[in-house]
Amino acid sequence: MALSAPSVTDAMGGGFANPPRDAAIAFRAALGVMARPGLIREITGGHPPLPLSPAAGSLLLVLCDPETRVYLSPSCDTDAIRAWLRFHTGAPLVSAGQADFAIGPWAELAPDLPLMRKGVQDYPDRSVTLIVEMDHLSPKGARLTGPGIKDEAWLNLPDIAAFAANARSFPLGFDTFFTAGDHVAALPRSTRVAGVA
Amino acid sequence: MSYNFAYLDEQTKRMIRRAILKGVAIPGYQVPFASREMPMPYGWGTGGVQVSAACLTPDDVFKVIDQGADDTTNAVSIRRFFEKTAGVAVTEKTAEATVIQTRHRIPETPLCADQILVYQVPIPEPLRFLEPRETETRKMHGLEEYGLMHVKLYEDIARHGEIATAYAYPVKVEDRYVMDPSPIPKFDNPKLESPALQLFGAGREQRIYALPPFTKVASLDFEDYPFDPSKAAHPCALCGAEDSYLDEVIVDDAGGRMFVCSDTDYCASRRDTGEAA
Repeated sequence: MALSAPSVTDAMGGGFANPPRDAAIAFRAALGVMARPGLIREITGGHPPLPLSPAAGSLLLVLCDPETRVYLSPSCDTDAIRAWLRFHTGAPLVSAGQADFAIGPWAELAPDLPLMRKGVQDYPDRSVTLIVEMDHLSPKGARLTGPGIKDEAWLNLPDIAAFAANARSFPLGFDTFFTAGDHVAALPRSTRVAGVA
Repeated sequence: MSYNFAYLDEQTKRMIRRAILKGVAIPGYQVPFASREMPMPYGWGTGGVQVSAACLTPDDVFKVIDQGADDTTNAVSIRRFFEKTAGVAVTEKTAEATVIQTRHRIPETPLCADQILVYQVPIPEPLRFLEPRETETRKMHGLEEYGLMHVKLYEDIARHGEIATAYAYPVKVEDRYVMDPSPIPKFDNPKLESPALQLFGAGREQRIYALPPFTKVASLDFEDYPFDPSKAAHPCALCGAEDSYLDEVIVDDAGGRMFVCSDTDYCASRRDTGEAA
């Protein structure tokens, strides 16, 4: 009896039921929030092992494959999540400094942020995308302005200074999805961030 | 069925989707992507088709225009392509569409939030005719070194008395990247600031770029030669519109001509609702 059998079987569940259709719908949610910073939308279809949220799992299924390097923060770096990610995406797991996608709660990602890829002058797109797991998402806290926002938008960012600094380094920087349950919001590097006056 | 939803395989769509997201995050910057062979030649909108394929969902209502018209060969074949491969509903009405793929025009009917406008782009690099080397134009964008573009516009004025660029008129996005808006007439440039998301796909040149809603887009000009989105000094001969972009149509062998709306949906709906003069 193979000891690894149960976890392999578990890992095979929790993917998209109808991958082309579910991925298309989930991508439109991801695109919608990245194009409209602060907007909160539902994103579903993925059912990863805990503690990953369905929203974070759906993003991973939409965006990751053998061509993308993924970093799992310590609390997400479990055997079950590794097996699930390997089965569904084939994405190689790497350290924070090499990652195309980095997943975890802000408190675990923030210390490694200085190491992460911010792009280079000629290719600012060669940069990390963060998937930050949150307790909840709500349209209050930090004031957002910039592309994608008509006048202003609000989002409960976990850290205002770090995201304000990221915007100042434009066009270099990182881009962020925030996930909670089956909801997603985003903050591209182009968004200017201010605390509550 | 021998092909995937919306024709492209899932791994290709993921690659394009990642490029689109980076493009949206860095407005006006050209993201390289691994453009695929499509079942149509380069120059027929393979870049736009790949961006549309990566964005479409089964619930979308899809519209395609070529120079403003829904009924030209290119528009009809791309519309049928996605009708067949993605099973999407199609329309000719701008207001009913959720995704609009376009060649060389922005619809006259104002776009709204939740609409996506996908441009077919032949040459995405606005500096290409000034500097042929990609390594150099990359550096120029990186260093925000756009003096050459202003020299080009200045030479237009020196030679012609005005800025002679009438289409693919360069713009500056959010005070940072100079961008080619694709060969839309400069008449359409003011519409680049839009509540809709705009995505640009160049298939042969393998570049994707984007303008998120409400992004600041300024047409390049000089204080003493401000940007002028000129149009023909005629009303549309069919619907009487005085605010639309017009095509000049030769109607006989004796040099007779008329000016009509290039946006066929706009012109037809004005005539249908009795707004025609």
